[in-house]
Amino acid sequence: MIINHPILGPRDAQEFVYLGDANLINRPDGMTAGIEVFHDYLYNRDNPAGEHRELWYHEQGDRSWLVVTRNTVTHEILKVEMARDVAKAQGRSK
Amino acid sequence: MRYSGFRVIAEALTGHKGWKPVWRDPAPQAEYDYIIVGGGGHGLATAYYLAKEFKQARIAVLEKGYLGGGNVGRNTTIIRSNYLLDGNEPFYEFSLKLWEGLEQDFNYNAMVSQRGIINLIHTDAQRDAFTRRGNGMILNGADAELLNRDQVRAMYPFLNFDNARFPIKGALMQRRGGTVRHDAVAWGYARGADMRGVDLIQNCEVTGMRIENGRIRGVETSRGFIGAKKVGVAVAGSSSKVMAHAGMRLPIESHVLQAFVSEGLKPFIAGVMTFGAGHFYVSQSDKGGLVFGGDIDGYNSYAQRGNLPVIEDVAEGGMALMPAIGRARLLRTWGGIMDMSMDGSPIIDKTHVEGLYFNGGWCYGGFKATPASGWCFAHLLAKDEPHKTATAYRFDRFLKGLMIDEKGQGAQPNLH
Repeated sequence: MIINHPILGPRDAQEFVYLGDANLINRPDGMTAGIEVFHDYLYNRDNPAGEHRELWYHEQGDRSWLVVTRNTVTHEILKVEMARDVAKAQGRSK
Repeated sequence: MRYSGFRVIAEALTGHKGWKPVWRDPAPQAEYDYIIVGGGGHGLATAYYLAKEFKQARIAVLEKGYLGGGNVGRNTTIIRSNYLLDGNEPFYEFSLKLWEGLEQDFNYNAMVSQRGIINLIHTDAQRDAFTRRGNGMILNGADAELLNRDQVRAMYPFLNFDNARFPIKGALMQRRGGTVRHDAVAWGYARGADMRGVDLIQNCEVTGMRIENGRIRGVETSRGFIGAKKVGVAVAGSSSKVMAHAGMRLPIESHVLQAFVSEGLKPFIAGVMTFGAGHFYVSQSDKGGLVFGGDIDGYNSYAQRGNLPVIEDVAEGGMALMPAIGRARLLRTWGGIMDMSMDGSPIIDKTHVEGLYFNGGWCYGGFKATPASGWCFAHLLAKDEPHKTATAYRFDRFLKGLMIDEKGQGAQPNLH
């Protein structure tokens, strides 16, 4: 698979480390969220067959985190964004 | 029809005209007591034991494709019970004991071959860890043996013992481990279940679940609604898709695992072997092909095929261990979809819906578990309580911090 990095251009997926569902960005607030919310965040997944937004880390490159939208049935990569931009768009400070 | 040596001779003398189809192809009835979703190894074993050991009737197995067309036909056929943790080892040892009596039990030649499995040791720390694991196995009634370097050399003289990075210092051996003809397992269970009245319904995909007042009433399928008092789902690989029909999100990601077969070679690997310094495991089939595999690709996938970097990685593992295979050609590679759970261990449990039960999360260790998985799931379905070897395989172990994490990786499914 080739991931089209927003800054560096097309890069082989081998340069990246995979983390999982992009919802992992939205970690609940540990001071207010209950144990069930945290359990759901940490362990449960949508795991869709089809479009999946997921986190890839460019370890062998610029060490940026990306949100890659990929089809899990065909492995086709549909969209690549900087995770930082996605988090900011969701209202995070960084 | 019972199979026997006498039967083979009698058929040979009469032109093989007496062989009949091994199972029926029934149309679904309106309602069953038990519906098992998934006609793979685990689903068929569940139906078989439900009918045979737990004396239940009115059972159907629903399969979206053909029987045994999923992971039971796509794995590397290894059986073993060399686990460390208390939540796992009694279950896998129960499974190995069932393998040992399986062919007599279901009267079908599954080519169970206890040719021995060795896990190679490359460092002192690894020897300590394998010594501990071997002791854990023995405490749970399994067999384990620590081999020194010379004993390994006597078995496999061609291994790369003096590799500068990964010298071979010994191995943990389980002599009762081995291989089984994987398709025959599905066929044997299917035939055994069919003979006991189980309806095996193929080309019947579950497209929804009818749940009323928190209780399962049946499943919507591509062949219409089928009512059921109890529904057991055993569809590892597609667990998240099927359980979403009941509104559940699972502690599971689907990942692709590749497997490989080389061209046929003369016999030189007698048993099963795992490389301890990378992820590589190999055995030699009766046809002579080397059957081997390694890591999962590492990203969510439902594609049943992987990518080239992992093929390269697995080939490197093989070459580091056995330079002799360098000129052997790769004949086939293929992929299967694994239910990678959050701690690397399976789930056999009830759900929040009354009458709906779940069996999945087998990661890439499901084949060896087939008999015990079927038995324990049948036990849960029939008696509403877990079998004594499967009490730890609960959904709520993640909430309660009771993970069964053999590898100690935490909630990172692609690393288990």
